[in-house]
Amino acid sequence: MTTVSAPSPTRPWEASPKDRLRDGVLFALSIGLTYAVVSFTAMKGKLAYFALFFIFYMALTAGFQFYSRGYAAAKDAFVNSLVAIGAVVTVLPIASIIFTVVAKGIKGIHLGLFTHDMALAAPTDPLSSGGLLHAITGTVTLVILALIMSIPIGILTALYLTEIRGSLTRPIQFLVQAMSGVPSIVAGLFILSAILYPITHAYSAFMGALALTILMIPTIARTSQEVLKLIPNDLREAGVALGGTQWRTVAMIVLPAARSGLITAVILGIARIAGETAPLLLLTGGGDKVNPNPFNGSIGSLPYYIWKSFNAGSPEAITRAWAGLLVLMVLILILFTLARLLGTRKVAR
Amino acid sequence: MSTIAAERQVPAPRVLTTQPRFSDKVFRAVVTTGGLSSLIILGLIAIFLSYRGFEVLRQEGFHFLTSSDWSITTDDAGNVTESHFGIAAMLVGTILCSIIAVVIALPVSVFSALFLNFYSPAWLKKILVAVIDMMAAFPSILFGIWGFLVLMPSVEYWAKLLNKYLGFLPFFKLHPYVVTRSPFVAGVVLAIMIIPIITSVSREIFSQAPLDRIQAAYALGATRWAMIKAVVIPHGRSGVIGGAMLGLGRAMGETVAVFTVLNIVFQVNWQMLLGVGGNVASLIILKFGEASPFEIKALMAAGLVLFLLTLVVNALADLIVRRTGKSGR
Repeated sequence: MTTVSAPSPTRPWEASPKDRLRDGVLFALSIGLTYAVVSFTAMKGKLAYFALFFIFYMALTAGFQFYSRGYAAAKDAFVNSLVAIGAVVTVLPIASIIFTVVAKGIKGIHLGLFTHDMALAAPTDPLSSGGLLHAITGTVTLVILALIMSIPIGILTALYLTEIRGSLTRPIQFLVQAMSGVPSIVAGLFILSAILYPITHAYSAFMGALALTILMIPTIARTSQEVLKLIPNDLREAGVALGGTQWRTVAMIVLPAARSGLITAVILGIARIAGETAPLLLLTGGGDKVNPNPFNGSIGSLPYYIWKSFNAGSPEAITRAWAGLLVLMVLILILFTLARLLGTRKVAR
Repeated sequence: MSTIAAERQVPAPRVLTTQPRFSDKVFRAVVTTGGLSSLIILGLIAIFLSYRGFEVLRQEGFHFLTSSDWSITTDDAGNVTESHFGIAAMLVGTILCSIIAVVIALPVSVFSALFLNFYSPAWLKKILVAVIDMMAAFPSILFGIWGFLVLMPSVEYWAKLLNKYLGFLPFFKLHPYVVTRSPFVAGVVLAIMIIPIITSVSREIFSQAPLDRIQAAYALGATRWAMIKAVVIPHGRSGVIGGAMLGLGRAMGETVAVFTVLNIVFQVNWQMLLGVGGNVASLIILKFGEASPFEIKALMAAGLVLFLLTLVVNALADLIVRRTGKSGR
């Protein structure tokens, strides 16, 4: 009788305890060397720690690999470290930004912020006076006006690119791309030269919203286009086969199927313009009072409020600016999370 | 049996036609009009800015681009007696800052895109992609104020180190020793703003690298780096360049973030560490507040130059990205 011995299952692709120990030792060794060099030479500061640690880690891992496995492995280890630096340098600023804004902005947050405007307070007044009400209502007004204008245009553009696919598809695709690169200040100048100076002669929320619309259309158009492309062609063919005209097929089948994706597109558009500053500086006047009329009179907004407070320069004003930034950042975070949640289910079945 | 058949109404055959119905004609007309909106808007921008700036452009001619003198003399009644407008210093500053930004951002973005695609575990990749995409949506005023209050002291220290140890290189020279608010600082802030953009374009392109060749490289015993060098980089090279151009376009048009950190002076300056710089977009914000109607026209002309510059850069970027297949962000 022969016995068949099955090999016990192993996972050769995973790091063995020995490998982990080796990695740990190299890591600890580079920390130790860094610490020693910083304390015994003239090099000081966070930058020195950061740079030396990477240099030592790179040298140690590459050296070890060269010793144990040769030149190719050493090069691989070297690039490993470079890639890790790339990822760290990408993430470091965002961590710093979020940390600073929360740490400094939280001091300026109080309940009155959401019930008062700055009509009776200067940015340099103590923090308890005045608030953000005018800025929040202003930003909401601007965003709503911009949405009313940009949603139809953005979605129609996306429909042209995906449903009609006429001879102009390529040039329009190109123009939408070019439009997304228009600097925000140029959009502001355009509204200034085309509408504000010759026609209305006055700051208003509507002027600001027009400039924001220009910036928002390409975001909505491109995201919607991506979503509409994901709708299976079978649905369109089924609609036409049942006797629907193209108009009925698009309106009753394609758009409802893409609904959640289109909402994501709109939310991403809002996130794009909510913090836009430059055109508002040219067009809205940045009033300190709640202004319920979007077509007349200067209107405040979160970015303008932050800008004003930042330029006022006193410690109270700077804290106000950080608080405004915190509110703005939380707003964008919420919008972005919403877009992610809806976007994971891009096509409703 | 036969009575039932007789009672059945036979409908007249439907008229078969390839002509679109009336509703479809309306639908196609409306959608096409919407689709043409981008053309209309871009055209209107170019027309209105050149119309408003025409007077200044005609008066200054080519000097508008080559001189860096920006002055207006008015008599007692407030009429303009003499005026000079030139944006050479601002153009040089715009180009210098955005090139610094791309030079810093490109390697970082390529490495982090490689990390996301080929090194990172799946759970980390998911988080990082969300974070980086969100960072691309952060408003420029946030980067501006953070850059001014938090980042600038460190960057000025780095600038001093660069000048001290690498000062023999021509581009790290510093003649009057002033490092505050230099183009280098603005370039670093811009780099941080465009890293997410270049990273997501590169990630998109790298993720389309042919899987069979990747696995073939591994099967032949390649290390991860050897695989990347042999398969991923040749596949993604022009896409990454296109992404960098997109970042360049964004950096050139940036206003608020540059305005807060840069010391704007009407003087052509190619020394990146010297605290003298300019930026066309910031010029507009700087001069807009107290500008006379005539000066506004000069600002419109400057806006036109900026618009055309970013349009050309973006068009090139689009062309390059598209040539490699699907376009990224």
